[in-house]
Amino acid sequence: MATANSTETGQGLRLIAPPLLYAILMLAVPLLTILAYSFFKDGYLTIVREFTLENYRATWADPIFRTILARSLMVAAMVTAVTVLMAFPVAYFLSFVVAPQRKALWIFLITIPFWTSYLVRVFLWKVILGFNGVINSGLKTIGLIDEPLKFLLYNTGSIVMTLSHSYAPFAILPIYVALEKIDRSLLEAGRDLGESRLMTFWRVTLPLAMPGVVAAVLIVFIPTIGDYVTPTVIGGGKIPMVANLIQAQMLDIDNKPLGSAIAISAMAVVAVLSLLFLFLNRRFLRVRA
Amino acid sequence: MTAAPQPLQPPVQPTAHASRGPARPPLDGRKAMIECRGVQKYYGDYHALRGIDLTIREGEFFSLLGPSGCGKTTLLRTIAGFEGIDGGVVLVDGRDMANVPANVRPTNMVFQSYAIFPHLTVAENVGFGLRRDPRSRAEKAAAVEDALGMVGLKGYGGRAAHALSGGQRQRVALARALILKPKVLLLDEPLSALDRKMREQMQVELIKLQRQVGITFVLVTHDQEEALVMSDRIAVMFEGEIAQLDGPEALYARPASRRVADFIGVMNFTPARIMGGGADHVTVAVPGFGTVDIPAANVSRADRGDAGPSIGFRPEAATLLPAGAEAPGRVTEGVIDEVVYYGDMTYYDVIMDGSDAYDGVPHEVRISMRNVFGREVPDVGTRVRVSWSPGSLVLFR
Repeated sequence: MATANSTETGQGLRLIAPPLLYAILMLAVPLLTILAYSFFKDGYLTIVREFTLENYRATWADPIFRTILARSLMVAAMVTAVTVLMAFPVAYFLSFVVAPQRKALWIFLITIPFWTSYLVRVFLWKVILGFNGVINSGLKTIGLIDEPLKFLLYNTGSIVMTLSHSYAPFAILPIYVALEKIDRSLLEAGRDLGESRLMTFWRVTLPLAMPGVVAAVLIVFIPTIGDYVTPTVIGGGKIPMVANLIQAQMLDIDNKPLGSAIAISAMAVVAVLSLLFLFLNRRFLRVRA
Repeated sequence: MTAAPQPLQPPVQPTAHASRGPARPPLDGRKAMIECRGVQKYYGDYHALRGIDLTIREGEFFSLLGPSGCGKTTLLRTIAGFEGIDGGVVLVDGRDMANVPANVRPTNMVFQSYAIFPHLTVAENVGFGLRRDPRSRAEKAAAVEDALGMVGLKGYGGRAAHALSGGQRQRVALARALILKPKVLLLDEPLSALDRKMREQMQVELIKLQRQVGITFVLVTHDQEEALVMSDRIAVMFEGEIAQLDGPEALYARPASRRVADFIGVMNFTPARIMGGGADHVTVAVPGFGTVDIPAANVSRADRGDAGPSIGFRPEAATLLPAGAEAPGRVTEGVIDEVVYYGDMTYYDVIMDGSDAYDGVPHEVRISMRNVFGREVPDVGTRVRVSWSPGSLVLFR
C-alpha cells in the first residue's frame, strides 16, 4: 500500500512539476526577493545587503503612505461594494429568470468585455468620460450643457466606475454559481412555511448565496487595492493609489528597499483584512451536504 | 353489493398487517377538508390535469397514486399553491384557494427532497415558520423541542442540518411542517429516498403520527404498496385523470379497470368470451377455467387499447391443492411451468389445461402460496390441481 501510494504521489508530482516550477520561478521567487529587499538598506542606486527594519519604520511613519493606503482601501471598498451590489441582481436574473437553455449564451455575453485588453477598456472609459468625450459632446450636441462637465473624469467616482465595470464578471460568476447551487425546493419550503417572497429571499436565498458573495468580494477587493492603471489613466495621476506609490519608489526614486517594504506592508494589510472578512462570514461558509 | 370476494389466502403484503392498527371512527360524516372541482392544468400544450374532482375529508389519510407523469405531484402542488390552475376550483376547509398564495394557505408540505435548510440547525429548521408567532422565545423553543420529540428527534436541535441522515431529514421536515398545526399536511413522495427497511418503519410511524395529530394527510406516491399500507382512501391517477378513488381493500379486490388492476399489485389476466348473463352475474368462457358466472359486483371496465374482455385474479386468490384434497370452490388442472421461491412464499406460474383454446397460445397464470414448513415446494413440470372461486375473479369488459 505504501509503495502504491508513493508511486502515485511521485506520478502526481511529475505531472504537476512543470507548472509548479513555473509558479515557483515566476511567483514565489519574485515575492521572496521583494520580501528580502524590504529588509535591506538603500545605498543610492545600489542595495546594501544588511538587515534593517528602517524601511518599515519609514513606511509606517510616512503620513503620505498612510493617506494613500487609506485612500486605496477606501476606493477598493467602494469598487467592491458597487461591483457586488450591481452584480447580485445580474447573477440573480441569470440564475432565476433566464431559461436554462439560454444561460450559456448569457454567460458568454457577460464575458465579452474580456475580449479586449484591460488597458484598452480603461482608455475607452477615458474616451467616454473625457473633456471632449462621448458624454460631454453628446450632451452639448443636444444642448443640455454649454460647457463640458468636468466632474466626469479625474476623480474617485470615475475610478470606481471604471474598476466596477472591469471587475463585474468576476463578481457575477461566483454569485451566479452560488445561486445555481440552491435547491429550488428550499425556496418553496420558505414560502410554504409562511414567508413572503421577500422574506424567503432574506432568510433562505441570501444566506445560501453568501459563499458566492464572499468570493466575489475578495476577488474584486484584493486586485483593485493594487490597481495601477486606472488611477493613472482615469484618475489622471491626481489620485495616486498604493500601487502608484510603490511604482514611484521602485522606478522613479529607485529606492527598491523602501518600495519593497511598502509593497509588503500593503500586502499584509490586505491579507489581514481578507482574513477578517472571512472570519466575520464564517457561519455562511460552513461545509454543506 | 354482494359479498366481497374472499381471497383464499391473505394478501402477500406483510406491512399491511403490521400497520392496520385499531379501528378508527368512520370518516363518512366528517366535513370536507379539500375539494377539487373540475381542476384543469396545462403546461403549454401538455394537459397535466384533466378535470380532477375529489373530496378529501377532515382527518383522512389520502393518497394520490400513479406512475410518474400522471399529474399526482402537480395536483399536490396545486393544493399547496405552488402551481396555478387553468380551470375549476380548489377549496381548502371550504375556502376558495384562487388568489391565495402558498405562504398563507392552511397547508404545509413535506418535500420529496425534504428541503431542509442547510445553513440552519435542526432547531432553526423546525422553528423556521414560527417567526411571526407571538409566543416568547422560550415558549417557541419548547414548541420546537416538543415537535422534535414527536418525530423521535429529541435533543437533536443543536445539530447542523447537513449532518443528518436521510431518515432524520425526513423527520425534521415533518416536525417543521407539523409545528405550524396546518389543516392539511401534503407529502410529496416522502419515503422514496429511503432504503426499504427505513421506508417500512417510516410508513408505520407516519400512520401513528397522523392518528395522533388528527391532521388531514395527502400523500403522493408511485409505490402502490405504500399507498395500500397507509391510506384511508386512494385516488389512482393516469394521464391527468382519476381512474379510481376507493379504499385500499376495494381498490385491491375490485379494481375499476384493467389498468388500475395492473398498477396495483400483481394480477393475472386471461382473455375471456362473454356468453351471456343475468341481473346479478355475467357468464364468461375463460380458457383453462371453463364457463364461469362472475358476480355483477366484480365486473369492471376494460381500457382503451385492450384486445377484448378479460378476467383477472390475484395470485393469492387461487390455491394449489395437495393430492387428493377436497376444496370448496372450483378446481381445474394444469402444469407448473416456473417456480419462483421467495422464502416466506413461492410464486408458481401454471399453464392451465386448455388455456390455449382462445388464440392457440398457452397462457400461464401466477399463483402464490405461503410456504409451510414440512410442505414440499412442487417442482417445474408437476401436474397440479388449482382451486379457485368465481367470486375472486374480476371481469374487465
